[in-house]
Amino acid sequence: MDQFVINLIFVGASFALYIGIAIWARAGSTSEFYAAGRGVHPVTNGMATAADWMSAASFISMAGLIAFVGYDNSSFLMGWTGGYVLLALLLAPYLRKFGKFTVSEFIGDRFYSQTARMVAVICLIVASTTYVIGQMTGVGVAFGRFLEVDNTTGLLIGACVVFAYAVFGGMKGVTYTQVAQYVVLITAYTIPAIFISLQLTGNPVPALGLFGDHQASGEPLLAKLDQIVRELGFAEYTAHHADTINMVLFTLSLMIGTAGLPHVIMRFFTVPKVADARWSAGWALVFIALLYLTAPAVGAMARLNISELMWPEGPQGQAVSVETIETDEKYDWMATWQKTGLLGWEDKNGDGRIQYYNDTSPDMKARAEAEGWQGNELTNFNRDILVLANPEIANLPGWVIGLIAAGGLAAALSTAAGLLLAISSAVSHDLIKGAINPGISEKGELLSARLAMALAIVVATYLGLNPPGFAAQTVALAFGLAAASIFPALMMGIFSTRINNTGAVAGMLAGLVTTLVYIFLHKGWFFIPGTNSFTDADPLLFTVKSTSFGAIGAAINFATAYIVAGMTKEPPEEIRQLVESVRVPRGAGAATDH
Amino acid sequence: MSEKDSANAYWKTNLRIITWSLVIWALVSFGFGILLRPLIAGIKVGGTDLGFWFAQQGSILVFLALIFFYAWRMNRLDRQHGLGEE
Repeated sequence: MDQFVINLIFVGASFALYIGIAIWARAGSTSEFYAAGRGVHPVTNGMATAADWMSAASFISMAGLIAFVGYDNSSFLMGWTGGYVLLALLLAPYLRKFGKFTVSEFIGDRFYSQTARMVAVICLIVASTTYVIGQMTGVGVAFGRFLEVDNTTGLLIGACVVFAYAVFGGMKGVTYTQVAQYVVLITAYTIPAIFISLQLTGNPVPALGLFGDHQASGEPLLAKLDQIVRELGFAEYTAHHADTINMVLFTLSLMIGTAGLPHVIMRFFTVPKVADARWSAGWALVFIALLYLTAPAVGAMARLNISELMWPEGPQGQAVSVETIETDEKYDWMATWQKTGLLGWEDKNGDGRIQYYNDTSPDMKARAEAEGWQGNELTNFNRDILVLANPEIANLPGWVIGLIAAGGLAAALSTAAGLLLAISSAVSHDLIKGAINPGISEKGELLSARLAMALAIVVATYLGLNPPGFAAQTVALAFGLAAASIFPALMMGIFSTRINNTGAVAGMLAGLVTTLVYIFLHKGWFFIPGTNSFTDADPLLFTVKSTSFGAIGAAINFATAYIVAGMTKEPPEEIRQLVESVRVPRGAGAATDH
Repeated sequence: MSEKDSANAYWKTNLRIITWSLVIWALVSFGFGILLRPLIAGIKVGGTDLGFWFAQQGSILVFLALIFFYAWRMNRLDRQHGLGEE
């Protein structure tokens, strides 16, 4: 059967499953729509949280970024899991005790200020919109490959599907749909990884295979990989090359950002008990870890496979010939991916072979001159295609390829739709109804929600066409913004009774504005290409890249809040009592909305 | 012990547990995974060193253990102080 048809069957079947579950679970319980998770077991809730959380960045993009950089990109792995420790220890139980439904409501009540609530809403909108841009990048890659069209067309089609999916809406709130999405997603991610790990190391567990022996050579897999990439002039896979300060700040930004993103925090508001909020964070991380422990193996093994395909005789032999690429079915994936415009090669020196090496490495100069190479001929390899192309690269059966297409779409669509819903409710409920026009009719509120959603997706699609980075990098920027604005306000609201309304507002604004300006200076104002004054290769501040600034923004937020609060009036007595009541679980009751 | 003292003692214990948990959290990620990697580089793990393993596997496993430990410990503390949910 044709691969296109197989993909269509898998993607179609997975969508039918989600819609089927949504319809089945919807009957008789409209409250589930609003309070997904209430009365749901922590394990189920953890699985749904994992589906909600793992997006195109985790599924499609992350392993590719690790594959081409190696150890230095471990920040993604530690950052996006370590944040759950902060969430479980510093936020989840207390926010559950507080018992409202949104993050901005907590900030508004704790800092007894409508302004604080509005600032929080703006921070959430900015971070969520940036997050959606990253998702759209991933959606474009997935649809481009699956429909066998170029990336731009894929992105536009994807945008329409995401919009329809988000407007249909109810699916999002239903926990069991998300459980189904998690199952599709994790199966799609793990099965190819198991196959590849077996092929290369004989170990069915990819996380163990990564540290096992490469069967063909008998050497440890990572030692073999280090040797091959070194011989091609690339940085050694397992070695530490990145600037240490930047790596620490980047990891910290991702961790803090995880604990500051509204769509993750919200899941802990609605579990039945405070004790469950603590367990839920743990279960969510169990299900997330299944993917995150596999991802580094996927990255390393794919890098090895690609290197071996490009150098079938080993790096010291002859490179693969153009004829082989065009005729050997093992190389079919190169032609399919070339159609998306995300993979490209060019026989620059006309020797009928494609030399893949690092042409900027001085170590390769002598060999390139001796053999007449005129630069790296695998001219374009978009990092975001790696996970989706991985089963094809490893020559796995067609159904595995169809499965991964369904998994990638599940990851990107569920998160993108969830974020769009969060943005639209922030605009219509918090911003318009809460501040601008409190007397708005229900119909008007609904209309403004739809309009906000449409606007957000247009902006995200436009910027997704010229993204500020690969999917996971753009998403990392969103984490930096959440880290600098929301997390410090929440943490100070719980752990300090001294921070008052002025302090919190000043802190959030200082954190958000400095981080946003720092990002715009490096990625272009409003992400419009060419308007940047600095680049991440040569940043404004020491070695701090724009993706790493969130941790500094958070420090600025904390410091500003403490200084300003110290100079202004203490919070009133009832706020002190509110904080003290949030700190103990007793008397939690059910979460209430207004 | 009055209710207020009990709540204060509960919160102090909680802060101590959080502090120690976060020390371990930072040690396995920023410590073993990044900054202290050269110190433990002599310990080899399958073709690379222990720091690499911590950065890509070990830290995540420790994070999991920390969250479950905290949930278990705090739920016990709730009961000890009579501050749990009914």
